[in-house]
Amino acid sequence: MKALHTSLVRYVITCLAVIGAAGLAVDATAGVLPEDRADVLYFRYDGGGVTINGPSMLVRKSIGEHVSVAANYYIDMVSSASIDVETSASPYDDERTQSSLSVDFLHGKSTYSVGYVNSDESDYKAKTMFANVSHDMFGDLTTIGFGYKVGNNDVFRNVKIDGVKVNDPTFAETMESKSFNVSISQIITKNLILSGQYEVITDEGFLRSPYRSVRFFTDPLNQGLEAEKYPNTRSSNAGSIRAKYFLPYRAALDGMYRFYTDTWGVIGHTGELGYVHPLKANWIFEGRVRYYTQTKADFYADIFPRANFANFEARDKELGTYTAVTAGLGATYEFKIDRFPWLAKGSLNLRYDYMTVAYDDFRDATFSVGKFGVPPDDPLAPGTEPLYKLNANILQFYISAFF
Amino acid sequence: MRTRGLIVLSTLAFLMAGCSSIEPWVKPYDRENLADPIMAFTRAPISQDFLDHVFESREGSRGASGGGGGGCGCN
Repeated sequence: MKALHTSLVRYVITCLAVIGAAGLAVDATAGVLPEDRADVLYFRYDGGGVTINGPSMLVRKSIGEHVSVAANYYIDMVSSASIDVETSASPYDDERTQSSLSVDFLHGKSTYSVGYVNSDESDYKAKTMFANVSHDMFGDLTTIGFGYKVGNNDVFRNVKIDGVKVNDPTFAETMESKSFNVSISQIITKNLILSGQYEVITDEGFLRSPYRSVRFFTDPLNQGLEAEKYPNTRSSNAGSIRAKYFLPYRAALDGMYRFYTDTWGVIGHTGELGYVHPLKANWIFEGRVRYYTQTKADFYADIFPRANFANFEARDKELGTYTAVTAGLGATYEFKIDRFPWLAKGSLNLRYDYMTVAYDDFRDATFSVGKFGVPPDDPLAPGTEPLYKLNANILQFYISAFF
Repeated sequence: MRTRGLIVLSTLAFLMAGCSSIEPWVKPYDRENLADPIMAFTRAPISQDFLDHVFESREGSRGASGGGGGGCGCN
């Protein structure tokens, strides 16, 4: 694992050096920095007993002709009584705040970016740093990019002492994540653009939830619970390809496919189709469908045959076998205000997505275990409960201003 | 191994340094449609980052989605 990291780091440094040298050598017109804008978003996720809502704010501003700075502040307010919480804990409320700062530097046809992301919740703290470089080439028909990201995470476990939620003083773990990605974007015709991305991620450290349990048969009609046991490393490979096509009547059609595989045995396929349709001068409508399916991790089971059945045991439904479909609609209204000449354009945006997830090997254990320690009136035998399904409503409203 | 690496790097540097001499088959004045804001892969980064986080927290797959960030948000 360490050798892989070392070779990745060397490769990134080499690529950055080559692109940097090429960027300095190219005598051509400059590339383009992202446009100045400010966005304020309110979102709400409601599904599977979990409600998450909060604001997010993003500001991007150029400094001179070569530097652009972006800052984002994001809050997740979580109220959870998910299926995992129902079967083994009490409902809880929590809050996660995330702040990030990034700087883009344009030199010739190369853009260099560095950034820092800090995420803070009561039992999980994450610090992520990233660096990217992209370069326009072949008459600006092609853009290639490389990126490296490293995250250091501290994992805690909340307990209640005298009715007050605090970090368990006997529990503190760490996790480190590294990611390397390459990307290419290619103009094919005057109406078609393609892009591809490949990303390797390696995780090392404490990778499971400190709360979740697996269940096992104590006899054919009864079950017990024990803590999950995960490997300390996980490496994944993901490759994706996207296409966007400009239709003859000013509308856009796009598609995406992603293949994913990792050392835990999960294989995932993601497909997405989108359609963007402007109407009159001020309106833009958008429709989108996303399909996702995956196979289970090698050490996942809904219920194990006995206690301590294997070295690694998981019952995280996100490591099970399932299929998810998400369909969404969005509307944008663009406007200008004559009194504010500094405002190039503003927009009001509303988007709604409906997500449905059907699990093939994760059963609704509330039919046998009950909820929050209260057993059901007519309990089913373990392993005979209905398969779990999750439906979620995802709402976003945001205002954008372009300068 | 070292020689092969040098050849690859030299080729890459040559290709990049020579970009300006390659004739683009879609001329800059033919890119009006591609420059239309509706053709952006991500029209609103703030919205896409939120959705990426929703999907990443609820799926076994991660990466190659164009998003980034940190934290768990996985309960």
